[in-house]
Amino acid sequence: MASTSAAVPFWRSAGITYVAYSNVCANLLRNCLKEPHKSEALTREKVHFSRSNWTDGKPQKPTLRSDTPED
Amino acid sequence: MFRRATGLLARPIISSARARTRPFSTDLPATETGDSNFIEAWKKVIPNIDPPKTPISFMKPRPATPSSIPSKLTVNFVLPYASELASKEVDMIIIPATTGHMGVLPGHVATIAELKPGVMSVHEGNDTTKYFVSSGFAFIHANSFADVIAVEAVPLDHIDQSLVQKGLAEFTQKLSSASTDLEKAEAQIGVDVHSALNAALTG
Repeated sequence: MASTSAAVPFWRSAGITYVAYSNVCANLLRNCLKEPHKSEALTREKVHFSRSNWTDGKPQKPTLRSDTPED
Repeated sequence: MFRRATGLLARPIISSARARTRPFSTDLPATETGDSNFIEAWKKVIPNIDPPKTPISFMKPRPATPSSIPSKLTVNFVLPYASELASKEVDMIIIPATTGHMGVLPGHVATIAELKPGVMSVHEGNDTTKYFVSSGFAFIHANSFADVIAVEAVPLDHIDQSLVQKGLAEFTQKLSSASTDLEKAEAQIGVDVHSALNAALTG
């Protein structure tokens, strides 16, 4: 009847998506680099985004996630 | 439960037969450089003005699958922030697929391989360049083009051995003390990546 899919990787069964797994692997690799490559690589990991929900056509207070300090 | 089995079994056979008549995207002939129907229709109505270019005409057409096996493999190795190798002609690459290290020669069957953390080596004549790839995918096309994409890849001499040993010890310890599934998975990922790094540096 309904076919079961192939064996899922351990991270998928624990609730991690492929994108998250790939990013974790990339971060672990970056942390094992020699200087100066390490500091260059760590800048690539920085995430900066601002998100605001809209209700009734007006934006609410935005949530800001940033790894760079505000100037 | 099995009453509907005959009905359900019949349906997949028909749909898979239909699906099989569709060619794989890797077996198609070279892609067109423009939409000929549009251009003809344009010329009929407005013969004096040149037809506008559509995005497809700006793209380089995919090279057709040659009838004889080419002598070199063309590799595109790209990262999100840089393109390491762009259409480089090489003899062979060895990619760390989840099913094991796979050697890709010109004329390799079209394959999509998910990569695990490991070493990718590019062989060109007598030189071998090795990169440690964190994870990604490799698309091998029927016309001996290979696209390898990774989130992070470094030449082996950028890796610091002592940090790798420390990381491996730390994650092995975390793995033994992990309680929830999520913690276990994260620790296991750490152990996998660090042991692959270790193997890459010592192997």
